[in-house]
Amino acid sequence: MDDLYRDYILDHYKRPHNFGEFDPHDLEALEHNPLCGDELGVHIRVKDGRIEDLRFHGHGCAISQASASIASEELKGMELSEVGELNADWMIELLGIPVSATRRKCALLNLKAVRGAVTGDNAWPS
Amino acid sequence: MPPVAESTLGVKADFPIFERRFAGRELIYLDSGATAQKPRVVIDAQAEHLRNHNANVHRGVYALAQEADAAYDEARRRVAAFVGGDPRTTIFTKNVTEAINLLAYSYGRANVGPGDAVLITQMEHHANLVPWQVLCHERGAELRYLEVDERGELSLEQLDAELARGDVKLVAFAHVSNVLGTINPVAEMTARARDAGAVSIVDGAQAVPQMPVDVAALGADFYGWTGHKAVGPTGIGVLHGSEALLERMEPFLTGGDMIASVDFQSVSWNELPYKFEAGTPPIAEAVGLAAAVGYLDKLGMERVRAHERSLTAYMLERLAEVPGLRVVGPPEAERRGGLASFTVEGIHPHDVAELVDRGGVCIRAGHHCAQPLMRCLGVGATARASVGVYNEASDIDALVHALQAGREIFEL
Repeated sequence: MDDLYRDYILDHYKRPHNFGEFDPHDLEALEHNPLCGDELGVHIRVKDGRIEDLRFHGHGCAISQASASIASEELKGMELSEVGELNADWMIELLGIPVSATRRKCALLNLKAVRGAVTGDNAWPS
Repeated sequence: MPPVAESTLGVKADFPIFERRFAGRELIYLDSGATAQKPRVVIDAQAEHLRNHNANVHRGVYALAQEADAAYDEARRRVAAFVGGDPRTTIFTKNVTEAINLLAYSYGRANVGPGDAVLITQMEHHANLVPWQVLCHERGAELRYLEVDERGELSLEQLDAELARGDVKLVAFAHVSNVLGTINPVAEMTARARDAGAVSIVDGAQAVPQMPVDVAALGADFYGWTGHKAVGPTGIGVLHGSEALLERMEPFLTGGDMIASVDFQSVSWNELPYKFEAGTPPIAEAVGLAAAVGYLDKLGMERVRAHERSLTAYMLERLAEVPGLRVVGPPEAERRGGLASFTVEGIHPHDVAELVDRGGVCIRAGHHCAQPLMRCLGVGATARASVGVYNEASDIDALVHALQAGREIFEL
C-alpha cells in the first residue's frame, strides 16, 4: 500500500464528492496554486449562518482533489464562524496522509478557497 | 534496443552527484531543462578560484587582485568564444531573466512607444514574456504573439504577416522551447526581423547547453543564455549584443564598476561590457562557467547534440509504450531539443512526478513558467523529462518503468 496514494485518496480523486458548480449560490471563490497552475473554485449556499451545501470545481492533483472532496463532507452544516477558525492542521489531519512540504499547498488549496469565500481572507491557511 | 547506447556520451562518472544514493537507489536525473548537474571540473575550478585567487576585480593593484582580474577576463573570453561571441559585447548577468529585463529596460523603454508593437510567441517562458508585457503596458505599445501550431511549431508566414504590418519594433523568441522542445528557425526569423527594421532577441537558455550555437551566424541583435543549465554555476547568465545597439543604450543597473567617472551631479558610463555590469560581478561563477564551457567544448557540441537527439528519439519511442501518455511538441527528435513534456491520462502531472520519484527518477511537473502556452495546449500542467550530457538510455528505461508502476498504484 502506498503511503500517500491510499485507496480512499484515490477513490476521492476518481469519484470526488460534491464536485461541480451550482447556481444560485451565496458565496464563491476561485484560487490558484502558483506552483502548478491548478485551479479550484467553490460555490457555497448559506442558511441560518451555516454552510447548507457546497460544490467545488477546477482541476488538480490527487492530493488537492481528495482534500476538497473529503473536506466538503465535513463542511456541510458547519457554522460560518467555525469555518473561519479552520487551520492547516485540520485539513492535513482530515486528509490522513503524510504531506510533504512541496505538496502542502495542494492539500490546502481548497481550504484557502472555502475560507476566502466565507471570511474574505484568502491567505494560505497556517 | 535502438542504437542509443553507442551514441550516448558515457560521462556520468564526471559528475560527482551521481555517487549519491537516495534511499539506497541511484539518482536518475531527468530535469536538466531546469538545471544541469555539475562536472567535477566546474566544482573544482570554482573552489580553486575561491581558495587561491579570490579578490575583487577592476580595483586592486596588488598581485592577488591582478590574478582575479585575469581570471575574470579570461573567463569572459572563453565563454564568448564558446558561442562565437565578442568579449566586448558579452555581458555577464545573473541569468537570462535579468538579461531580458536589461533589454526591456535599456532598449525597450527608449525604443518602444505608443502605436508600436512587440512580437513574441505563445511558447515563451515567463522570462521572455512578462518583461515585454510590463514594457508594453508602460509604454502604451501592443504585445502580439506568434501562434504555436498543433505540431508545436511557429509559422514563418505568420511572422512575415506580423512584420508586414510595419509597427513591430522588437521580436523576441526562444531558440528552443522549454516545454515543447521545439527548435525554432532562429536565423530565418532574425533575418526577417532585420529586413523589417525590427530588433531580434533570442532566449537561448535551452539551446546553448545542448547544441552548437554560433551567435554571429544566428544573426540576432541580442542572444541570452544561462550558466547553470550549461553545466555551470547558478548566479551567472550571459547576454551577447550588437555593439552598435549596446553603445547607444543607457545602463540597466547603476552603481559601482559601470562608471567612467562620477562627480556629485553627473556621471559618465564605463566602456562595454562593463557599462552593463554594475557592482561586484559573479567572479567565481564566471570562472566556473568558463570551466563548464571548456568541458562542453572538449565533449564537442556536435557530439552533445547527437547524444541529445538520440536519447530524445529513444525517450519518445519508449514513452509511447505507456498507455494514455501523450507527448506535446514536435513528434520528431530532429526537430526538438532533449526533452519531452507529457500528460498521462488519469494521473495529474504532479502525481506523475511524485510517483516516478518513488523509483528515484527526478522529473518536473507544472506549468514550466509558461502558463499562457499551457492554456493553448489545453492542459493545466504537464510532466517534463529532460536529458543532459550524463544521461543514458537506462535512465529513460527507469522513467518508463516508474511510470508503469505509477499507473498500477493508480489502478489504471
